[in-house]
Amino acid sequence: MRLSDRARSLPESGIRKFFELAEARDDVISLGVGEPDFSAPWAARTAAIDSLERGKTSYTSNRGMKELRERITDHHQRYGQSYDPATETIVTTGASEAVDLAFRALVDPGDTVAVHEPTYISYGPGIELAGGTRLTVPTRAADDFVLTRDALESAGAADADVLVLCYPNNPTGATMTDEELAEVAAFCRDNDLRVVADEIYAALTYGTDHASVATQPGMRERTVVINGFSKAYAMTGLRLGYALGPTDAIDAMNRIHQYTMLSAPTTAQYAALEALERCDDEVTEMVAEYNRRRRLVVSRFNEMGLDTFEPGGAFYAFPDCDGDDEAFAEELLEAQGVAVVPGSVFGPGGEGHLRVSYATSMRELKEATSRIATFVANR
Amino acid sequence: MDAEREVLDVLARNAREDIDDIAAQTGLDAAAVADAIAALEADHVVHGYQAVVDWDRVDEGKIRAVVEINVELDRETGYEQVADRIAKFPAVDALHLVSGDYDFAVEVLGETMQDVSRFISEQVAPMPEVTQTVTHYIMETYKDGGVRFEDGDDDDRLSVSP
Repeated sequence: MRLSDRARSLPESGIRKFFELAEARDDVISLGVGEPDFSAPWAARTAAIDSLERGKTSYTSNRGMKELRERITDHHQRYGQSYDPATETIVTTGASEAVDLAFRALVDPGDTVAVHEPTYISYGPGIELAGGTRLTVPTRAADDFVLTRDALESAGAADADVLVLCYPNNPTGATMTDEELAEVAAFCRDNDLRVVADEIYAALTYGTDHASVATQPGMRERTVVINGFSKAYAMTGLRLGYALGPTDAIDAMNRIHQYTMLSAPTTAQYAALEALERCDDEVTEMVAEYNRRRRLVVSRFNEMGLDTFEPGGAFYAFPDCDGDDEAFAEELLEAQGVAVVPGSVFGPGGEGHLRVSYATSMRELKEATSRIATFVANR
Repeated sequence: MDAEREVLDVLARNAREDIDDIAAQTGLDAAAVADAIAALEADHVVHGYQAVVDWDRVDEGKIRAVVEINVELDRETGYEQVADRIAKFPAVDALHLVSGDYDFAVEVLGETMQDVSRFISEQVAPMPEVTQTVTHYIMETYKDGGVRFEDGDDDDRLSVSP
């Protein structure tokens, strides 16, 4: 069948190769997984089951169930974010749909969208599908992968139309403070950039509370905040996310959503409602466990001589492997049966690093880091 | 969170963690972890370290029962005194004073059902304060000590994902 130029020009994800290599063996400990190892809280799962038993299998409002939107906006008060559940909130099929809607609602063909990299791999293709052009803004290990005004200026982002901001960051685990975000916010105001802020890991921060660019002066009206239930509530497979933003942006996203998705999965919305109402303690316990693993992993990598900065969020460490990250990851998988993802998959700036997910059990983390230490010692 | 609580959270999940690993997980140094463990033990917060055992999987394993015990107290004898006498029997694995229809919930371990029933009828029931006992033999254990008893690893996530 003849395919569209658009489809044909989309590259295969760089992560695919490592997926295939890892899947080919059955003795692999994988530190390459970008989703929680916990299951969704049982209360949320039973709420989903109950909703099915009660026959709640119809569409919901395009924007999502009213009670859920109200709970979401209540929940976001903890980040200093205040949105109207009726006009400034839309529930989507995963945060991924919200990102896609934001690009389609904000980007015209020919627009430039600045993306700091290394970062999550879907933004570039999403921008291109919306007709935009991606402008890469490299972040640096020397800055612990925080986005700086200097980096934006050097990359020529002053001429961009939209900036994608993903903190806490996948793959680096980097977070940004209010002071650091203030610089970025000033740059966006000075150069009239709108922001798509993917804050899917906001609940997973260690030691400090999540800071959002949308709470910087003058930024609320130029920012669409993306979040969801996948990471905080370990609900990746239920596919539920949302966006918060100014009325005109959310209206535009909803117009696209009503034709392309109609509404987010109803069963997942019931699970999410329960998660917000009753599952905070379980999130706290998951965060405490991630934090213990994070400290163990970071200390073990530093002990084996792979320099690793202390990540403040998400569930990734980003050790410096001192050389070709792709070769390192392939040889490690071959020699020791441990899968990690080469940093270069996530864009320039990621080279020479490895994304190590600590969303796996403490027992496996200990075994995997011991094997990596053996590999490094023999290399 | 203070150091002792951080260490306790790790030990409560896995009492076999060694001091260096606890130090790595909590961000404390090894000496501080050792001090915290010593303090937890000295203050009787930590009374011991045990394995979570599924006795059903052990050949010649153990029989467990939960026994409800009602007692009648008098001026000289309170719950503490009765509890002290019941707890001294080695067959008593756990002993709780509970609210509700009975006074004590006792977990008893024995080699056979006869052992357990003989222990209750010959040692516990005759105690002057005990007015009634109801024994529930445990038929199957699904979860104990916070650990779900099930086979293996059901991680069905993709091995590498973005």
